[in-house]
Amino acid sequence: MEKLVRETTIEIKNAQGLHMRPAMQLVDLASRFDCEIAVNNGQTDADGKSIMQMSMLAATCGTRLYVRAEGPDAERALDALRELVEVQMFGEPPP
Amino acid sequence: MQGSQDSEDEWAASGREGLGRPTRNEFGMEIKKGIAVSPGVSIGKSLMVDSEDYRIPRREIEPSQRVVEIQRIRNAFSGAIKELDALERGQDEATGGRIKDIFAVHLRFLRDRSLRRRITDMVHADSVTAEYAVSTVLRAVASHFETNVKDTYISERAADIYDIERRLLRRLLGTKREDILHLREEVIVVARQLSPTQTAGFNRDYVKGIASDAGGRTSHAAIMARSLGIPAVVALEDLTEVVRGGDQVIIDGNRGIVIVNPDEETLRQYEAYSREFVALEHKLDTIREKPATTRDGVRIRLLGNIEFPDEAPSVLEKGGEGVGLYRTEFLYLNRPTEPIEQEQYEAYAEVARVFKNKPVVIRTFDLGADKYTQAQRQTPEPNPFLGLRSIRFCLQNLTMFKTQLRAILRASVLGQIKIMFPLITSIQELMQAKMIVHDVMEDLDEEKIRYNRDIEIGAMIETPSAALTASTLARDADFFSIGTNDLTQYTLAVDRGNELVSPLYSAADPAVLRLIRMIIQDANKARIDVSVCGETASEPEYVMLLLGMGIRTLSLTPPMIPEIKQVIRSVTIEDCNHLTRTVLAMNSERQISSYLRTAARKILPEAF
Repeated sequence: MEKLVRETTIEIKNAQGLHMRPAMQLVDLASRFDCEIAVNNGQTDADGKSIMQMSMLAATCGTRLYVRAEGPDAERALDALRELVEVQMFGEPPP
Repeated sequence: MQGSQDSEDEWAASGREGLGRPTRNEFGMEIKKGIAVSPGVSIGKSLMVDSEDYRIPRREIEPSQRVVEIQRIRNAFSGAIKELDALERGQDEATGGRIKDIFAVHLRFLRDRSLRRRITDMVHADSVTAEYAVSTVLRAVASHFETNVKDTYISERAADIYDIERRLLRRLLGTKREDILHLREEVIVVARQLSPTQTAGFNRDYVKGIASDAGGRTSHAAIMARSLGIPAVVALEDLTEVVRGGDQVIIDGNRGIVIVNPDEETLRQYEAYSREFVALEHKLDTIREKPATTRDGVRIRLLGNIEFPDEAPSVLEKGGEGVGLYRTEFLYLNRPTEPIEQEQYEAYAEVARVFKNKPVVIRTFDLGADKYTQAQRQTPEPNPFLGLRSIRFCLQNLTMFKTQLRAILRASVLGQIKIMFPLITSIQELMQAKMIVHDVMEDLDEEKIRYNRDIEIGAMIETPSAALTASTLARDADFFSIGTNDLTQYTLAVDRGNELVSPLYSAADPAVLRLIRMIIQDANKARIDVSVCGETASEPEYVMLLLGMGIRTLSLTPPMIPEIKQVIRSVTIEDCNHLTRTVLAMNSERQISSYLRTAARKILPEAF
């Protein structure tokens, strides 16, 4: 299996930040991909598929998350995550 | 019977040294000292009750036991997931979208492998029980949200984590919790702390004693235990860490002692002591039919304080002449929904029928502070005893208040029911509450429903502001009842449930006594009835003082009626007046309480 590694930065843009429901959406989306997804907020590493770890990042609006995906569908995973976080903003309003 | 008083003194005298420090001998017996809050002695097997809000005590296990604990964790998670799945599916997307989301988030947490791994790793590494690991890990996660996260919207999510913790703990401790509701054998309940709600739910036929790590003499759980007649000792500090479920435990609610795994000799001694105590109670019961009259012929009226309708007969059995305080909060405790009018009516009617033409003073809901309604439970206040409680809560929740008043007024035709408002702090509050009674009366008139138009309406005087304005309040009240517990707490600024300051809490403080005297004098001037319904009314050492200050009606916990009657029948009003003059000239609480105790010991030596 091809080992693809992709990295990018995604910014939280909805006003209320990565509270529980957005964290759930993000984890649900990440879990649909085979690749491993690691998220870092500049201080702490979190598993993109763990709601506990993701919610504990407590990323507020404006926080930049460094996302690293490793696996065959890494590219698609990052695109999908960016779409959810930056474009759809979890279906929530910006500040 | 007032072993409690002695234990408190020893406690105060020794600072906090020695309190709650376990004494161990070679038989594995442990003797622990706390504060006696409900008299009596019982011997039985312990049942551990974990309070939902308190930390699960750390309990280490044998390494070989770890696989069992890990399996329990797995079962708890899978059980909780099933439960939540059902709850989530039950929510309609349209109406319950937000709730559905909450359940969905909780489900994600329960399915989160990294969370479960942290918990099982802890069991492996530290050899602790499943419940301790679950509680510790989830509380660490919750406190991360509370302390490290600046954003309030996100940090509030700590509540979700606590909720997940409770759901798992319910699974792990579930059978024990069930036990308390479906008891089949006699037990001694041992807990970190008991809420009034939990205590109210105890089945008296099976719960024979109560012991808790926390609590104070006048905490509501203690009052509840006393009114249920269950011996209880509180403030035992770390008792839950030395007792295991099923251990034999002796509760000495007279001396404030709890003995875990007593040796044979101790057990024999206690069995004998318990028999003697019962014999003293029987002796006091024989004076039931005799009047509560002082030696110089002054008639004192003794009424009972009750918490539940089924306690009413016990007031008569003990020789009470009515109910001076019918607390009604039980209607709100231990249930998921609010009580409807008919249900309340039946609760009031039941008591009115027992007493017929004898007085029954119904106190309107004293909710708030440590007793919450279903709706209130969700929004804790930073300073509940100075917050929206009691009459204030009723005046802001008129639908609830009017429903209660309607039920009381409807029942008023069945006996001599009176209405009493708690925690009045000003004349405006009293007037406002009385206006609402009149509104309800008008409604009943329109509906042609009968009630006693001349029902007496009184005020509980339990704040310094009410005491200081008693002469004004007396113009608009048919009677006063002095609530010495809250009056003491508010006058001395001492939280009566906080063991760190509870030694400062004493109704014998000169400040409290001066307020009590003022209330009585103002009531007498206005020619309205005044009684005492606080704890002091049931404490033999206060009785002479209260009589000397002019009190002729006492309302107290039914089990104490015979003993107080015995005190009354042994004194003259002249003695009481003399004692009161001496006491009111004293300036220190310590001096006053020791003087009162010496005087009472002379009157009723066997009770001390």
